[in-house]
Amino acid sequence: MEPTGATSWPRNVSDPGPVTPQEAGRLRERARFVRLETIRLISIAKVGHYSSVFSCAEIFSTLYYDTMNIRRGEPGWPGRDRFLMGKGHAAVGQFPVLADLDFFDKAWLDDYTRLGSPLGDHPDMRKVPGVDFSSGSIGHALSNGVGMALGARFRKQDFDVFVLLGDGEMQEGQVWEAALSAATHRLGRLVAIVDRNGYQLDGSVDDIAAVEPLADKWRAFGWEVHEVDGHDVVALANLLRRIKADRTRSQPCCIIARTVKGKGIDYMETEPGWHLGYLAPEDERRARETILAGADAEVAGTGITSPAITSEGTA
Amino acid sequence: MNSTLHPDSWQYRELNKRAPSLSVLSDTLIELAEAGHPVVAGTADLQHSNGLTGFAGRFPERFTQFGISEQNMVSAAAGMATTGVIPYVATFASFLALLCCEQIRMDVAYCAQPVRLIGHHTGISMGFYGTSHHATEDIAIMRSIADLTVVSPADGPQFAAALRASVDYPQPIYFRISRGHDPEVYARDTPFEFGKAVIHELGRDLTIIATGMPVHPARTAMRALQEEGYSVGLIDMHTIKPLDRAAVMQAAKTSRVILTVEEHNVLGGLGGAVAEVLAEEGGGARLVRHGIRDEFSLIARPTHLYRHYRLDAKGVEEIARPLVA
Repeated sequence: MEPTGATSWPRNVSDPGPVTPQEAGRLRERARFVRLETIRLISIAKVGHYSSVFSCAEIFSTLYYDTMNIRRGEPGWPGRDRFLMGKGHAAVGQFPVLADLDFFDKAWLDDYTRLGSPLGDHPDMRKVPGVDFSSGSIGHALSNGVGMALGARFRKQDFDVFVLLGDGEMQEGQVWEAALSAATHRLGRLVAIVDRNGYQLDGSVDDIAAVEPLADKWRAFGWEVHEVDGHDVVALANLLRRIKADRTRSQPCCIIARTVKGKGIDYMETEPGWHLGYLAPEDERRARETILAGADAEVAGTGITSPAITSEGTA
Repeated sequence: MNSTLHPDSWQYRELNKRAPSLSVLSDTLIELAEAGHPVVAGTADLQHSNGLTGFAGRFPERFTQFGISEQNMVSAAAGMATTGVIPYVATFASFLALLCCEQIRMDVAYCAQPVRLIGHHTGISMGFYGTSHHATEDIAIMRSIADLTVVSPADGPQFAAALRASVDYPQPIYFRISRGHDPEVYARDTPFEFGKAVIHELGRDLTIIATGMPVHPARTAMRALQEEGYSVGLIDMHTIKPLDRAAVMQAAKTSRVILTVEEHNVLGGLGGAVAEVLAEEGGGARLVRHGIRDEFSLIARPTHLYRHYRLDAKGVEEIARPLVA
């Protein structure tokens, strides 16, 4: 298959224009690619965070194939936009994208989580080209992004920093330390994207420790806030294009992406226990068919036998 | 030196400006920045305590005030380092090494970023501010983090030399600094090498291995015992990790007794590190560990605490005397 590459750059950032239907179709196709590869990789590990990836598949697709200024095959290019993941447990969906961009050999994916593999459940910058910062401990990434934006300003390096945060991550105090810091230092090149899928490992985010009103919180911390349907690639890409093109903004920017955990697989959408789980081969086949049919929001059928794993301890 | 003033008083400090190691921090960073090194600095609401005010005034674009958010500061420093700068971030050791332990492990050490962490006012040097402000666990915690170098300079000149050496050092470093106005052991521009202990002397009866602030009182104690005819030596183990195992073994093969002295819990600190070497390598010397014996320190002025815990010259001598007699 001919890889669908990153948008050729430099694009005219002063007037990026809206995404075309053709571009949107490709972003949807790359989101399906992320979901299919996630299923394939987790079948190697026998347990993984399907639903955490499925909620942000369109975010991965839009950032890597439309928004970010990156160069195929050059993961260390100093001028690249940076992408950090607070929700590092979604790395299984990021790795196929990095391989697709020729940042490392695609064959690495086949050994996902096997002894000595650079690819594990969380991204490691020392092992994986294209990972701009390691993660796994929730709550650090926005601070890492603050540092990158500060460093870029001092070094006069011209790049944007995108940080994908989980909505459960909003419960970590350090996120709000970083939020204060970014606003104080007027880091206009820092963009946080909150994957607002509503669920964390133990259940509903707002039952466990309520984070709403989330947009108001970010505004109160001095950020420019946007809300968007995180599965609508047209809305997402257009918003990110506008944000990236705006070089007059002095505030950091937060996008609250309303998403569905497990998006694309009906029983994952309705069962929060799928934060961590494993699809039996027959279920995996049906999940794959659902995704390939492009029937992202359709009910895929009944008779699911795979158990949902509801805590790390049973993995 | 004005002998009528109490060493804890600000007047004493004003009158005895003997290269306090925390003005050394700012002065040396200014020197490094002026020499063209990409050094930046940050603190968490303690620029007056650690003296970074001087650096901030001279190079405002290189200085970041993070406010009271130490964890954010450490993670951000690691992020900054990816852009090619060398960040020096400073706050009380109790907050840096304990509150930010996980950020240091994950973002600095695991990510191999050349961040220089300056934990100042370590040990019991915060005196009556109490246990929240003491750090008698930081060596033990920091030295168990892979790929992190742990350095505990004896005085200002050694700290300055270590800072100069740090611009070319590839790994992240945790610096452990005591009060910032400790008596000097070394002359300015004394050479410094990470991981290479300073062997002052080796004694047949006893060799003291000290780190940080206690090196000076240990040297005084050594001289007092030498005047009485005992063969006593001193090793300044400024780098606790990687530990200079060869220096420990030199002492083990020369001396009947090794006495470790540290402003830290005897568990897991310098004493623990030396014990590990002796247990693995043999050598025959008996080991005695001196420091805080697994307790939370009392409240008092620092000098009174050093006296109480026998971390002043007289105290080290008291601990050492029965070992040589």
